[in-house]
Amino acid sequence: MTHRSDTGPAPVLALKDISKSFGAVRALRDVSLELFPGEVHALAGENGAGKSTLIKTLAGVHRPDAGQVLLDGEPTVFHGPADARDAGIAVIYQEPTLFPDLSIAENIFMGRQPRRALGRIDHKATHAATVALMQRLGVELDPDRPARGLSIADQQIVEIAKALSFDARVLIMDEPTAALTGSEVARLFGVVRTLREQGAAVLFISHRLEEIFQICQRVTTLRDGAWISSEPLDGMTEDDLVRRMVGRDLDELYPKQEVQAGEVAMSVRRLTREGVFTDVSFDVRRGEIVGLAGLVGAGRTEVARAVFGVDRWDAGEVEVDGKALTNGAPSTAMAAGLALVPEDRRAQGLVMDMSIERNIGLTGLRTTVKAGLMDRGAERSRSLDWAVKLQVKYARIADTVNTLSGGNQQKVVLAKWLATAPKVLIVDEPTRGIDVGTKAEVHRLLSQLAADGVAVLMISSDLPEILGMADRVLVMHEGRLTAEIPRSEATEESVMAAATGRAAA
Amino acid sequence: MADSPLARAVRWDTVVGALLIVVLLLSFGFVDGFGNALNLSFLIGNTLPIALIALPMTLLVVSGEIDLSVASTAGLSGAVMGALWNQGMTIETIIPLCLLLGAVCGLINGLLVTRLGLPSLAVTIGTLAAYRGIAQIILGSDAVTDFPTQYLDFAAGRIGDTFIPYALLPFLVLLAIAVVVLHAAPFGRSLFAIGASEEAARFAGIRVKRQKLILFTVTGLMAALTGVFWALHYASARYDNATGLELAVIAAVLLGGIDFDGGKGTLGGAIAGVFLLGALQNVMSLVNVSAQSQIVVTGVLLVVSVLGPRVGRQISVARAGRRAAASTPTS
Ligand SMILES: Nc1ncnc2c1ncn2[C@@H]1O[C@H](COP(=O)(O)OP(=O)(O)OP(=O)(O)O)[C@@H](O)[C@H]1O
Ligand SMILES: [Mg+2]
Repeated sequence: MTHRSDTGPAPVLALKDISKSFGAVRALRDVSLELFPGEVHALAGENGAGKSTLIKTLAGVHRPDAGQVLLDGEPTVFHGPADARDAGIAVIYQEPTLFPDLSIAENIFMGRQPRRALGRIDHKATHAATVALMQRLGVELDPDRPARGLSIADQQIVEIAKALSFDARVLIMDEPTAALTGSEVARLFGVVRTLREQGAAVLFISHRLEEIFQICQRVTTLRDGAWISSEPLDGMTEDDLVRRMVGRDLDELYPKQEVQAGEVAMSVRRLTREGVFTDVSFDVRRGEIVGLAGLVGAGRTEVARAVFGVDRWDAGEVEVDGKALTNGAPSTAMAAGLALVPEDRRAQGLVMDMSIERNIGLTGLRTTVKAGLMDRGAERSRSLDWAVKLQVKYARIADTVNTLSGGNQQKVVLAKWLATAPKVLIVDEPTRGIDVGTKAEVHRLLSQLAADGVAVLMISSDLPEILGMADRVLVMHEGRLTAEIPRSEATEESVMAAATGRAAA
Repeated sequence: MADSPLARAVRWDTVVGALLIVVLLLSFGFVDGFGNALNLSFLIGNTLPIALIALPMTLLVVSGEIDLSVASTAGLSGAVMGALWNQGMTIETIIPLCLLLGAVCGLINGLLVTRLGLPSLAVTIGTLAAYRGIAQIILGSDAVTDFPTQYLDFAAGRIGDTFIPYALLPFLVLLAIAVVVLHAAPFGRSLFAIGASEEAARFAGIRVKRQKLILFTVTGLMAALTGVFWALHYASARYDNATGLELAVIAAVLLGGIDFDGGKGTLGGAIAGVFLLGALQNVMSLVNVSAQSQIVVTGVLLVVSVLGPRVGRQISVARAGRRAAASTPTS
């Protein structure tokens, strides 16, 4: 495989003809990649193309089966992530890896805390250093609060702070923006640009193509584990990139069907959870896709959790099909026809140690039953059915979900809930970490569901997605609904204004 | 991790099953007095208390909880049985009352764990002491032995000259029920989910607290049943009956490959673990190992059974040469 080599500075880090298999799955086949100082390099590919695997190989998590890792031109073997870190390679993994019981500061400086005499940890210095890092990132997070309970976006920030804390020459980021909203992405990109100007090499993965064009200079594309191209982004269009990723032209990304909204399917009345959200009222009608927009922390996820019953509400009520739901009871919400695709797939959406089949089966414990016992045949065909419909990429349906790529895990969560044939479907960041092709697929699916009479409430931090798919946009700001904007009037400006509290409610 | 066919074949519960067979064969061959029907019926009869409690304990550990108070509940139920018998009540009234009492003991554990959110290890260490204390208050240092003979015969006797104790038959029925509940019913499926990830289970609409409450209650009930069986089997109801039995049960269950962290294991493995422990105890008695040393062996087995599967996993992970970034945070 030939590979375009640049003149000018030598690559700080390079992969040469790397192959890596997991059993029968060939995750990487003869892949090469060069990272130059002062460049932001995009890694693009569909779900399961091998991007995360490539990164883990660069970071010393995986040992390649064949091929070399070159550091400053020298062949190097990283025996573990610590080796890579010592070589100045910082990695932010797709899934945050924080210790929930340690504080933010302790997580950032894990094993590298500033010391005082007798080797005691210097908490003051750790605290100060963390504050400094947070300032550099432009965020306000209490260094002493434990990582448990942080939102995905905040966890991501802590990971980034961790990477910044040792002045890395190479920064590798696996979908760092998947959980972030516009302003947070902008903040992150500010940091990335600074690092680049200081001569760092950055490898960046994102399924949001506009981000790639915004921040990156070159792009390497993978398809099914194989290297497709490495080239400058200058002069390329999104369509060019998509064609390289999926090997064909893409259908429309927001295939929204016009649907006449039917009667009210879900009605939320003056819902309040003390200190989290206040006086939230809205309806979702059959056939409608209602977008719920807002900044991270505005309380959108919390409303969804309360409606579904995993959290209790303090006041108000929720009705599905005219019947009031019990406070704090997901099982009755499910029975009433409600489904929630939660935001954190690893902790909430999936039992990571369970098979694909059983994870999808978990929502069918009441339905795939014969004479009081699990009907295994029915369970299997139900799971297979939906795994195939959503084009989950897996080796065997009995494999545990933690062997799947991030995007494919997300599809399993969707499959698990669509299999319940819900009347009201709440999706919290439904396309986080999903590649463009599949994203269009998920959008088509949501649109089809709505056309079939399902009421859909879609929480998303991806503004184009909200604008492209929603019949109506609800906007939350600091725990309150601040605007309801019909599709015809919804623009990036009008939604952002309401989300930041600038609009007159 | 994707299991290779080889990895699945050497699953820990299969290993324990094979080990049980090896131990039995060796004992038949080399231990005097092991192979005769009478000794085998003793072996089974003495192991039944462990086996009975191991059934609900397996489900409990799979769901990520534990109950250390089971032996005390057994003791309490035996003590109440003795006391009520001394009062002149009929055995047919006493036994249901004892079972009810056990269910209440279990319910209390369950409520403390699910309503107050306390760790079951701490809760049941507390009730371990409390239930035993109540047993002592009720019966003092008396021993009640004069239960009706047909009950004593049933609990201690065997079918003709075979090695099969009468009591084995109802146990097999309970075992079959437990296997079905854990491995074929929706309830069992939800227990595996709860044990592996309680939060994800809750988000899937599984009623986590209710399931746990049911489990603790059934565990108490089964512990009381064991207490009744114990008093009849050894023809003696004392407040200190079955002391330390929880250790044997937990050792056996873990030995059988039930993951202490929840979410993994099979009842087959657990029962193989129980009878492996029972066989070892029987052999040790036959070759005159003291009771104290037997406890040491139980303790060692407990450590081995917690470590064994872990070491096995470590080895297979190391061999596969991958350290998942997710499970071992960097730095
Ligand atoms: N530990 C593992 N065991 C088995 N298979 C694995 C393992 N890790 C990854 N794979 C497989 O390797 C392939 C590539 O996965 P990878 O996570 O690198 O994809 P990705 O490009 O990062 O996708 P995504 O965009 O969805 O995150 C997938 O088919 C995946 O199922
Ligand atoms: Mg990935």
